[in-house]
Amino acid sequence: MNFDLRVPIGILFTLFGTILVVLGLTTSQELYQASLGINVNLDWGLALLVFGLVMLGFVFRSNRKAHR
Amino acid sequence: MPSFTRIHLGVADWLILILYFSFVVGIGVALKRRMRNSTDFFLSGHAIPAWIAGLAFLSANLGAQEVMGMAASGAKYGMMTAHFYWVGAVPAMVFVGVFMMPFYYGSKARSVPEYLKLRYDEKTRTFNAFSFAIMTVFSSGISMYAMAKLLNLLLGWNFNVSLWISAAIVLAYIFLGGLTSAIYNEVMQFFLIVLGFAPLVFLGLKDCGGWAGLVQRLNLVAGQSHNLQGQAYAGGAWVSTWRHMGTPGANPMGVEWFGMAMGLGFVLSFGYWCTDFLVVQRAMVAENETAARKVPLIAAVPKMLFPFLVILPGMIAIGLTYKSGQTGFALPVKGASYDYDMTIPLMLKHYFPTGLLGLGLTALMASFMSGMAGNVTAFNTVWTYDIYQNHIAKDKSDSHYLWMGRMATVGGILLSILTAYMAVHFNNIMDMLQLIFAFVNAPLFATFLLGMFWKRTTGHGAFFGLLSGTAAAALHHGLTVPIGAESLFKGGWIGHVLHVYPSEMAQNFWTAIWSWSTCFIVTILISLATRRTKSDEELRGLVYSLTERHAEGHLPWYKRPLYLGLVILAIAVVLNILFA
Repeated sequence: MNFDLRVPIGILFTLFGTILVVLGLTTSQELYQASLGINVNLDWGLALLVFGLVMLGFVFRSNRKAHR
Repeated sequence: MPSFTRIHLGVADWLILILYFSFVVGIGVALKRRMRNSTDFFLSGHAIPAWIAGLAFLSANLGAQEVMGMAASGAKYGMMTAHFYWVGAVPAMVFVGVFMMPFYYGSKARSVPEYLKLRYDEKTRTFNAFSFAIMTVFSSGISMYAMAKLLNLLLGWNFNVSLWISAAIVLAYIFLGGLTSAIYNEVMQFFLIVLGFAPLVFLGLKDCGGWAGLVQRLNLVAGQSHNLQGQAYAGGAWVSTWRHMGTPGANPMGVEWFGMAMGLGFVLSFGYWCTDFLVVQRAMVAENETAARKVPLIAAVPKMLFPFLVILPGMIAIGLTYKSGQTGFALPVKGASYDYDMTIPLMLKHYFPTGLLGLGLTALMASFMSGMAGNVTAFNTVWTYDIYQNHIAKDKSDSHYLWMGRMATVGGILLSILTAYMAVHFNNIMDMLQLIFAFVNAPLFATFLLGMFWKRTTGHGAFFGLLSGTAAAALHHGLTVPIGAESLFKGGWIGHVLHVYPSEMAQNFWTAIWSWSTCFIVTILISLATRRTKSDEELRGLVYSLTERHAEGHLPWYKRPLYLGLVILAIAVVLNILFA
């Protein structure tokens, strides 16, 4: 058996999301001129964070099922 | 010098880049202990869940060259590029899943050449194994070269350093974790590409003023008679897939519906998705036959949506070049035309702020590397099983072949590096080699189709059919040229031109059609004239009529490959109609 691939994917994207959210919260609006005024770091960072956490959530759920 | 300024990476960009590649190598390290025998190393111990194998099946064909090439085609030909997906890839993927996987998986062959040995004979297998092994090394080398060149151009990184570091990363994770490592990384890369490029499409489309704004801009592009294809087209030529395919002259691709459907939809796509070991290997790793059949079907679902991720950016870029949006994005001029090939990197640079930019560039690099890794894993398997074990060292212990697999990985990567440096110095040799591979590959699908569905096909028939199909491809290419061909690599090298095609694409499609038909007919004729060497008993599990079907009646319809395949085809038809 191999290990659960959802673990590294979940961790990686949670970290990516966190980095982008922190960056989005700490940078000024000027940075986002080319992205049509949208703070894409913050918005997309949140999306990545949710994706990563959902992956980890799946792992957590299937582990609990396996224990039962 | 490039006509654009270089990108400067910020701290966050570096952090994302380093984080990703430490995960990539980390996966290899974590898998090392699990590589106990050669089946683990070359076939992932037949223990990969279908969804992972499916995404890897898709990703193996999602190298950066494909991604950047699709965006370039999106700019040059518009929505018609989607034919590569909705007519080309998807039906072929359904076919390999529903009809061909049972023979690949059920025959217990460990590679595509090995299937040829079981079904036909040694010479057919060896021919296929050698041409495939050489081709994978060259593709991997060209991928390395393209990446190092891009990083040099875009970020100012040293060419040699980029080349050797990327080679070292790929080597590390395959050497340690074998095919499983490559597959796991392909799946990570799939998510990275989707999540890294999706905001690009969103921002680009918004910059155009939505879909309506894009259509309006592309109709403007179609109406222009200069710069692009040197000819004006009817409005809508860039946003429809089928409407302008009555004659080759009416659409920017220069192909009419028959050449497209037959050449691309049938010969080239089925040839690639059904016989290329690089992708087939990713279905062979599944846990059981039903799972293996589902692998290409699972891959087909996201594949259908990929035009929106990889072709749309090209359409957006060319639209904005002709009529500026709010942010002033435009493709730079290159020669008499635009620098299409750089569409994706230039859009990343333009729209993404530091942070997201790191994610986008990481996605691009990851897809270059998984392009190499896919080729290297296919190479080490074919080398070890079909060439080394078969011709050099028979009857060694399994651990010996596991060792050989690791050595073949090192060797394959060193040869790829050599190829990359060759590409730097002799561009023409690369063009010529790619052409030869195209000739070798074009007829292959006829050999497999006849082998799997007609038990009368003989080894001699298959072998000489393949040779004559390759010869037919070379002959057709030598006697025809696309309009405006300036080198003999584009065709007409025999010196006497019989036909001029309106585009290179049209010439490629017809080369494939001639080659496939020749192989098909010659294989049948020679098979009828030669004696069968394999009995029905020996062909059990290799030929459709001699293989008992697994009962799937107990499975609900949505778990049966045939029904899943039909649903996927129906969705593809709907997409074709929506964007006709």
